[in-house]
Amino acid sequence: MSNVFRGFSAVFYKESLHIRRDFSTLFFSLIIPILQMFLLGYAIDTNIRQINTVVYNADGRQQSRELLDRLKNSDTFHLIRYVNNDRDLNDAIISGRCRVGIKIPVDYSDRLLHQTGAQVLVLIDGSDSSVAGQAINVTTAIGLDESLRRVLASSDAPFPVEMRPKILFNPDSRSPNFFLPGLVAVLLLNVTTFLTAFSIVREKERGTLEQLFVTPVRPMGLLLGKLLPYLVIGFFELSMLLVAMRFLFGVPIHGSVILLAFLSLPYLFVSLSLGILISSKATSQAHAMQLAFLTILPSIFFSGYIFPRETMPKFFYYLSYLVPAAYYINITRGIILRGAGWVHLWSDALILFLMGAALLIIAARRFHNKVIMA
Amino acid sequence: MTSSTKPSISAQHLVRRFGHFTAVNDVSFRVEKGEIFGFLGPNGSGKTTVIKMLTGLLPLSGGHAEVEGFDVSKDAEAVRENIGYMSQNFSLYTDLTVSENLTFYGRIYGLSNDHLRKRMDEIIELNGLGPYIHRLASQLSGGWKQRLALGCAMLHEPKLVFLDEPTAGIDPVARRQLWDLLFDLSGHGITFFVTTHYMDEAERCSHVAYIYFGQLIADGTPDSLRELPDVQPAGTLRIEITTPQVTRALRLAREIPGVRNATIYGQSIHALVDDHYDLNGLREELLKRNIVVAEIRPLAPSLEDVFVELTSKRQAEQEAARE
Repeated sequence: MSNVFRGFSAVFYKESLHIRRDFSTLFFSLIIPILQMFLLGYAIDTNIRQINTVVYNADGRQQSRELLDRLKNSDTFHLIRYVNNDRDLNDAIISGRCRVGIKIPVDYSDRLLHQTGAQVLVLIDGSDSSVAGQAINVTTAIGLDESLRRVLASSDAPFPVEMRPKILFNPDSRSPNFFLPGLVAVLLLNVTTFLTAFSIVREKERGTLEQLFVTPVRPMGLLLGKLLPYLVIGFFELSMLLVAMRFLFGVPIHGSVILLAFLSLPYLFVSLSLGILISSKATSQAHAMQLAFLTILPSIFFSGYIFPRETMPKFFYYLSYLVPAAYYINITRGIILRGAGWVHLWSDALILFLMGAALLIIAARRFHNKVIMA
Repeated sequence: MTSSTKPSISAQHLVRRFGHFTAVNDVSFRVEKGEIFGFLGPNGSGKTTVIKMLTGLLPLSGGHAEVEGFDVSKDAEAVRENIGYMSQNFSLYTDLTVSENLTFYGRIYGLSNDHLRKRMDEIIELNGLGPYIHRLASQLSGGWKQRLALGCAMLHEPKLVFLDEPTAGIDPVARRQLWDLLFDLSGHGITFFVTTHYMDEAERCSHVAYIYFGQLIADGTPDSLRELPDVQPAGTLRIEITTPQVTRALRLAREIPGVRNATIYGQSIHALVDDHYDLNGLREELLKRNIVVAEIRPLAPSLEDVFVELTSKRQAEQEAARE
């Protein structure tokens, strides 16, 4: 009699019918994430290569040309312009056509010859910090390398210290490998948070929600009946995204796919509960849309999807502990890239599950107390 | 036998406050089983609030209510199992078919498959929904939507059905058919709680109540309300004057001393006059003022007259209290 899930199967039945009837909404909410994956998978490359570079070689002798060749061969710089005075060098950077300007002074070769210390001016456009950082690192490294060669040229001794970096898990630093597992977390929000929020707000707009509250259906039965069909859709979407990731973008999955599927459940649960919570607040579908976008932004910026969480200011770093996508991205990158197992990831999954349960309970209480009075 | 004498609804001193605003102020009434109870009042007077309180959607700020023997504050779930509710916008799932809508509500109430099939057949038979069973609810006309909504509200065989403005926006034929159906069902012992704006519908109810700014100002059978002293004060007479020049006649009639209240109904004037006039005396007064009188006769007050009288008296009292 006082079964808290009362009405669950009836609502599940009805919701499945709604989804079948409104096939176009379903189609677009499944296909748009796939398109997004294509755009982001092909377009974004975080490896900085081929920076447009302007050169003012005032020296022009063989030594200076050798230095330029080394810069060119680093793959970091693309020497697109050669100028003959300082003003043109500056203008090329200010106009935005070049990010880096290299000036080799007129006495470069002479100073090398007399071992009085040659200097090369590197002008860097700081408006894009990652480009600037890469330009500094590579020019500094080439300068050091060049110096060492010259100092050690006389002797046969090897370099005293040599660093041998080895990149685990994504040895080629391929961007899709880094991006796509995180992107899955962001894209899943589309079919979970958005669709559930809309489906409940639609009932508010139609007045059917009020009707339901006059029946013996219990808030938990209603909400779970609404949530479960979208969980199934979310799962289907996840499979599509993983197949595309694996076979179209060639991102290898090092861990267990079954574990990934299982640990995705708590994340889907959180995002669906979030949708339900939004719908308890929103009064129209447009309102629900705005609130849902509010949840998307932290999932993109504070989850580690694009920017590492560790480099954030303390406040935002701790804030990022509240973002469900942060935990799920750790799970997807963990399993897909690092081959992580249950022992490494169970705590992330548990936190997600607890978040989902808390949100759902809050939403059910709100429905119990507020919606019916509106 | 004791259960049959218990009322369907017993509301005692209901109070509902929203902050400082008192939406429902000390409202008490009883609805007996099998009655068609008409609950009337202007928009915003508290009709819907009372329905929400009786269906357990809104907690009471004060008072006590029992619906079908269950306390609404303590046992809302039991109340909801025993009532049906049809809101004014019919609240159907327009992207579902007629049979899917019925199936959904049947399952919500936990009907077993066999029972559900049997009840669906009965409802379809009763409401004549047969030809439309596989049609989407969005493709039904207003009258058919209303029948489907009523069907959904009655699938679980409730003993009491709340109808919130059931005939708003549907055609006169469908309106009459609905009332025929309600009479038929009330004959089988089902109680109906109906809100409406149509006075002719109020006249059809076996019991009416009128709520005005949160307070109940009339409660009884239509006939008993017509005889209230406030409606028909001692020493007054209610008459109908038929005349070809109603507009001019109304203006002039209001100037006659002893005419308390006059208003136009089509080709006639309804007036409340002091009974020191008899009908002939009044006819003479009118002729003196060059009004051609085709017919003049005594009239029983309509329910509209009842509510107008009671409302204006209440307004006068409130203004007096303020001064």
